[in-house]
Amino acid sequence: MEQNKQQEIKTHKIGIYLWIWGLLFVFSGFSYMVDYLDFQGLLRWTLIITFMLCKAGLIMAIFMHLFWERPPLVNVLLWPMCAIFCFVGIMVAEAKYTAFTRLFYFILGS
Amino acid sequence: MAEQYDTSKLPSGIIRGLVHDLSSDQRAFKGVPWGKAMMWIFLLSDTFIFSIFLLSYMTIRGSTTEPWPNPSKVFALEAFGTPVPLLLIAIMTFVLITSSGTMAIAVKFGYEKNRKLCALFLLLTALGGLTFVGMQAFEWSKLIFHEGVRPWSNPFGAPQFGAIFFMITGFHGTHVSIGVIFLFIMTYKTWKGHFDTGKRGYFTSMKSDYEAIEIMGLYWHFVDLVWVFIFAFFYLW
Repeated sequence: MEQNKQQEIKTHKIGIYLWIWGLLFVFSGFSYMVDYLDFQGLLRWTLIITFMLCKAGLIMAIFMHLFWERPPLVNVLLWPMCAIFCFVGIMVAEAKYTAFTRLFYFILGS
Repeated sequence: MAEQYDTSKLPSGIIRGLVHDLSSDQRAFKGVPWGKAMMWIFLLSDTFIFSIFLLSYMTIRGSTTEPWPNPSKVFALEAFGTPVPLLLIAIMTFVLITSSGTMAIAVKFGYEKNRKLCALFLLLTALGGLTFVGMQAFEWSKLIFHEGVRPWSNPFGAPQFGAIFFMITGFHGTHVSIGVIFLFIMTYKTWKGHFDTGKRGYFTSMKSDYEAIEIMGLYWHFVDLVWVFIFAFFYLW
């Protein structure tokens, strides 16, 4: 892959893509090892979420070129994600409440 | 067109840049081709759809009183006589990441108007996607025909497992399949030099440029991005 032709404004050296590709492999390997080594509890989901966010960040920033886009586009894309995090919070509460009422009535009878 | 905007002269920064770009009369998102902006907005809406799938999965898994099947055991594959957890899923992950890497390189060669290398890497990307879909078909048939997993019941635990599994991986697989079809079309168009000669597209009857490769790339990376979340939340959790 030595065809680094004329570097225009928008193009980057092929090396950066190969680096990110390698990093994604490493992070995927790590998150697979979490399962393979059978980590459980807090350690398990902290590691899973950390590796997941690293991979997602690398793909969006470098592969999808968000790192080089103008801030307005990046902001318009990323802020709506906050709504999803709020939704996660709401649904966690909802799921816990449903599980509680199910257990409560299944055990006590209606 | 996008070329006439020298984005380095526009105000940057989050607030000033945002206000300047969005309050202009003619077009928002300076320096971004309209096709790319539209693809980003589509991907944002697709993000919401996949988020809602994963959220309903979280809610259902959190509220069921039955034990949830252990994905590490359900998706284990026999290799050299011993069951290896999530073996096929791990290979699928690596294949999809590899195809994402080749796509990024294809986009790079597209920018440089390097027709042959761009087409070659697009073809590699398409073949990677095809391999992924093939392995997913194998996984589905194994679960349906050998293990008897149905959307309403399964032998491992909570009956909702099947419904969630088929819905989420099915929707993602559909995205991959559509992507593979378009990757083959793009490979053909690139190889034939349609982006150099400005030949009009068969469906769109519009001239297109190597920009189309970048827009295709955004979609393909998004499919990989969604798989990152599915892998973490559905298979590893």
